[in-house]
Amino acid sequence: MDVEITLRVDGTEHTLVVDTRTTLLDALRERLGNTSPKKGCDHGQCGACTVLLDGWRAVSCLALAVAHDGATVITAAGLTTNGELHPLQRSFVIFDAFQCGYCTPGQIVSAVGRLDEVSAGWPSAVTAPGAVDVVLDDDEIRERMSGNLCRCAAYAKIVPAIREVARG
Amino acid sequence: MRPLRYARPDTVTQAVTLVAGEPRGAYLAGGTNLVDLLKLGVANLDLLVDVRRLTSTSIDELPDGGVLIGAAVPNGELAAHPVIRQRYPVLSEAVLAGASGQLRNVATTGGNLLQRTRCAYFQNVTTPCNKREPGTGCSAREGYQREMAIFGASPECVATHPSDLAVALAVLEAQVHTHGPDGGGRRIPLLDLHRLPGHEPQRDTALGHGELITAVELPPLPFAATSRYRKIRDRASYAFALVSVAAALDVAGGVVRDVRIALGGVAHKPWRATRAEQRLRGEPAGEASFRAAADAELAAAEPLPGNAFKVRLARAAITRTLLDLTQAAGGSGR
Repeated sequence: MDVEITLRVDGTEHTLVVDTRTTLLDALRERLGNTSPKKGCDHGQCGACTVLLDGWRAVSCLALAVAHDGATVITAAGLTTNGELHPLQRSFVIFDAFQCGYCTPGQIVSAVGRLDEVSAGWPSAVTAPGAVDVVLDDDEIRERMSGNLCRCAAYAKIVPAIREVARG
Repeated sequence: MRPLRYARPDTVTQAVTLVAGEPRGAYLAGGTNLVDLLKLGVANLDLLVDVRRLTSTSIDELPDGGVLIGAAVPNGELAAHPVIRQRYPVLSEAVLAGASGQLRNVATTGGNLLQRTRCAYFQNVTTPCNKREPGTGCSAREGYQREMAIFGASPECVATHPSDLAVALAVLEAQVHTHGPDGGGRRIPLLDLHRLPGHEPQRDTALGHGELITAVELPPLPFAATSRYRKIRDRASYAFALVSVAAALDVAGGVVRDVRIALGGVAHKPWRATRAEQRLRGEPAGEASFRAAADAELAAAEPLPGNAFKVRLARAAITRTLLDLTQAAGGSGR
């Protein structure tokens, strides 16, 4: 079954016809040519396909495109402003927070989404019960980023790259 | 994946009629488990009825002191809600112990309760599984047993329920509001929503085909302010429970006035530890009585050779969780 949908991706509106079984990830990569979100496991376990979906981080491999008709999607490619890298993108470069780079767009989008969740006062599993202000120490960063796997195990650089931006 | 029709109706009644009228029809909310099951070939559906924008996304305090959670409230919002964190911390902690930030932003309250087991044999269409294909046999009974049940299993199925949220709701004695094809609504105690496998492991819940979860109601429970969730798993984060404990404790003068305990990762449904609770009421709040209560519950466990470790793990987890709660309530726990 084909359905016409509209997606606003990295600031540009697209109207396209998709089969109902098409994931948001495949719509972005195969139909719109946006290969920034990566297909790692395709089962929601690795986080390489993470995008901001209507403002919140989500794995695009487990979202059916048809169910997100009208959605606003931001990929890692859409985080730049007037050609300027997002502070987290710059930090990943400075800290050399990757090896092969395949998980990196997902890591960076996830880190951006996580900052928004912290700003909203959202706790994590390692936040002290009842704590109102979240202190973004390494335990918090690791817990909040646990949905993004890196098979090169560049975590030792990813954590400080994120910590640097968390501190402003 | 077989061809799939998709509908996004405007009312709950329309949605229920659509699914009720299609044997291979199902509701789609966040889709974080269902879309995966479609890809794996475990779910063979002809129709998806999208209810993500249909049921409530709000969390409301009720006049009786309880809280009503809309079925479409995302897990992440539920865990962060100030009222939930303050009055039902076990619920917030349980949700935060599950999945990842990306999944919690999309997965819904109703969908979380209806997620299916992550038993590797259930998810692998090349292996026999009575839950996926009744009558084919249980591969786990003779296979990899680490994640399997120690309570309430049947010869047909030893799978465990994966939800952390449901374990907290078992302690809180939540009521699940549903809307059925007969046009009526009903309330199902959370403890009766999920079932043990018995001879029908393909049935996870007591819901009829087409019955839609619309909300989850938390009754008032003042001592739930002293409650917590402890989850033990094979990695520090983002993994399903080997054993988890949800508990709420009411201690006065060093004596257990009331207590509620439920276990996750050990059965086909959230496992309410009523034997442990009965054993504890009126006893001194301390390690010896906590351990005795855990033993009273675990005496009924029937582990497999590959998951016998869960008995010791559950014993330690129950004891430690109750000690933590005693300390939080101002007692020494000794």
